[in-house]
Amino acid sequence: MCLAIPGKLTQWINRDPLFATAEVEFASIRRVCHMACVPEALVGDYVLVHAGVAITRVDPAEAQRLLDDLQSLGTADEWPPEEDPHEIR
Amino acid sequence: MKYVDEFRDPRRAQSLVREIHGRVSRRWTLMEVCGGQTHGLLRYGIAEELADAVELIHGPGCPVCVTSLAAIDLAIELACRAGTIVASFGDMLRVPGSRGSLADARSAGAAVRMVYSPLDAIEIARRNPTEQVVFFAVGFETTAPATAVAVQQAKELDLQNFSLLVSHVRVLPAMESLLQQPDARIDGFLAAGHVCTITGYEPYDKLADQYRVPVVVTGFEPVDLLAGILECVSLLESRSFEVKNCYSRSVCRDGNQAARKLMDEVYEIIDCDWRGLGMLLQGGLRLRPEWRHFDATFRFGGCSLPVIETPECQGGLVLSGRLKPHECPSFGGACTPDRPLGAPMVSSEGACAAYYRYRGAPIDATLNAVSD
Amino acid sequence: MTFATAGIACPTMHSSSQDRITLAHGEGGRQSRRLIAEVILPALNPADQHLTEDAACLPQPTGPIAFTTDSFVVSPIFFPAGDIGSLSVFGTTNDLAVAGAVPLWMSLALVLEEGLPMSILSRVLASVGRAAREVGVRVVTGDTKVVPKGMADGLYINTAAVGLIRPPVPAGPTALAVGDELILSGPIARHGVAVLAAREQLGILPEPTSDCGSLLPGVEALRRRSIPVRAIRDATRGGVSAVLHEWARDCRLSLSINELSIPVADETRGVCELLGLDPLHVANEGTMVIAVAPGAGEAAVAALQELPQHRQAALCGVVQVRQLASVVVQRGLGRAIPLDEPQGAPLPRIC
Repeated sequence: MCLAIPGKLTQWINRDPLFATAEVEFASIRRVCHMACVPEALVGDYVLVHAGVAITRVDPAEAQRLLDDLQSLGTADEWPPEEDPHEIR
Repeated sequence: MKYVDEFRDPRRAQSLVREIHGRVSRRWTLMEVCGGQTHGLLRYGIAEELADAVELIHGPGCPVCVTSLAAIDLAIELACRAGTIVASFGDMLRVPGSRGSLADARSAGAAVRMVYSPLDAIEIARRNPTEQVVFFAVGFETTAPATAVAVQQAKELDLQNFSLLVSHVRVLPAMESLLQQPDARIDGFLAAGHVCTITGYEPYDKLADQYRVPVVVTGFEPVDLLAGILECVSLLESRSFEVKNCYSRSVCRDGNQAARKLMDEVYEIIDCDWRGLGMLLQGGLRLRPEWRHFDATFRFGGCSLPVIETPECQGGLVLSGRLKPHECPSFGGACTPDRPLGAPMVSSEGACAAYYRYRGAPIDATLNAVSD
Repeated sequence: MTFATAGIACPTMHSSSQDRITLAHGEGGRQSRRLIAEVILPALNPADQHLTEDAACLPQPTGPIAFTTDSFVVSPIFFPAGDIGSLSVFGTTNDLAVAGAVPLWMSLALVLEEGLPMSILSRVLASVGRAAREVGVRVVTGDTKVVPKGMADGLYINTAAVGLIRPPVPAGPTALAVGDELILSGPIARHGVAVLAAREQLGILPEPTSDCGSLLPGVEALRRRSIPVRAIRDATRGGVSAVLHEWARDCRLSLSINELSIPVADETRGVCELLGLDPLHVANEGTMVIAVAPGAGEAAVAALQELPQHRQAALCGVVQVRQLASVVVQRGLGRAIPLDEPQGAPLPRIC
């Protein structure tokens, strides 16, 4: 469990606590999602959507923190240049 | 896609793989609970990449797999009932019950509608006022809030023709049950990231402390999985049995309070039967007495026909991590996604399906047997 | 399926036999003749002269022919960027195109559900006419049957088509050899996603569009540049995965594709991620898989990219010696992961 995809909240539609809905954008497509579990989300926020329902906000600072932590492990510089992930092998 | 592509970056993944290999002094055994994580580990070859450093055993993280036979049989029976529509997630349609699946019933004319969300079932109920609409509510705590929203909306809208067949299950009791097995060899857990967005991870403190196992909240993309594994082996190497969060962009310690409030209003915790694992204390959810008129088993009664499990299916052993799918004698032969003996081979999250898909079907063995 | 989900508003209940198909229209009598004369022929404008004959007597082709048949049962009947009519023409003639043949003649057999609005039938047939003109194939013979209400999901179409083989014809997948390069002619999974989104009314905006279209120009572009094509197939039901598995079985080698090189439109990606679908398993109707001789991949891609519909053609894989599985995907961790065969229609999932 469970398939949940991050999308950007582009527009609030209904702000009723139980019937709350908003338009959420995923890689250039948009869909109306149910927002009763994340009523505090703002336009521009990213939310994680599961079964048509937003279950949490995505925290950009925490996302960046993980990526920064990984940077300290050493990444692309050490990668052997001949092993290009785009290469057809 | 933002917050997806960065966490599928092959170079970040490779650096984590190297780090994990460098960190371990011995091979550790980790269990990931969530089927989505099982699939991620196999789909990207992570399990094999780390094989020397970490043995990954797969837990019962597939709510579809553990949905009781009785629930599936009842769903089918209701779908065959005149004037009733059963709305179900796509995941459940091909899971075999005692006498076929929901998809089989649909082929024979039963009213089964696939939905992407419990709220779609509300829509179906509104548009078909003369039909009874039953939503087959499966899933962990990730999905239970969505169902709670649906039933609360049904009450507000005074929908007389909407009910739930509740089969929501709780992850933590399953983890505890596995740790209690005498032959348990789990060194550490990767906790299900999306379940934790709702529940938070505070509930794992007691488990970690009591059983002396680290628990790391982990996401689903390759980088997230590897980061979680790295954290878990680091804790094991330093002999610390803590709960850590490696999915902090989506999970906080207290989880989603709004979602839990919606859940607490409608559900109570019960002991329930997990297909393949047996009765789990506090392992499931049921609608509270004041919401019971929305419960399909009260509205229509239980399944009238006996439950028949396929004896050859070793799904229970697979779900508790005691058997790897390819070790099952039926794997790939008598049991394939086309003709599954049990749920783990047909569920999108089942470990057997993951092995069949990403490890290569045994049919390739015939290919390999052909000489040059 | 109700006509409401066919994509147009349903006319009122008390319409006459002039507005809707009745069982009489399939009986061969006056109603049938009127249907042909007043609805079918005008919609196919210009209707071929042979259509009113029992059999189309046609001149002998100048060389060997290719012959194909297909049936179309898509629901909904109308979907973004296509319908069952255009699909029946492109789907059939694409089979001829990838066999190395130029389409000549086509048959069109209709199975109509009692109660189908005439307006829907006219619209579908107009689409057939347009697609046939675009491809240059003549619809020379046809048939109409009517089945009782509740059958045929509105309308089914069966076709057969004949094309003139134009050498050189690809040797086919049994001739695939190690080192042959694999190309996709454009972004994949569009048709399956478009039909699923429309049929299940998923509320996705903008509405995902099908790639339903002719592969003849693309095949011709490769021919003109004398690209050494080993095998070529349109990737319909079962998606690219189905084609790769068939080829692997035929040549007994391994087909390896690089996931990062596979063209996928943003909108398709968004829907597939949302629903948990693997684009490699999703149907296409205007996209082909091409295997070319080693080293010819870049030239093949360049030839295709001159056409607007194939601007995103890409070199995606290679044929290898047998390894761990018949079809594998490079997923960027450096490992080759087996790609499974499609198991029935891909279902959206939440787990």
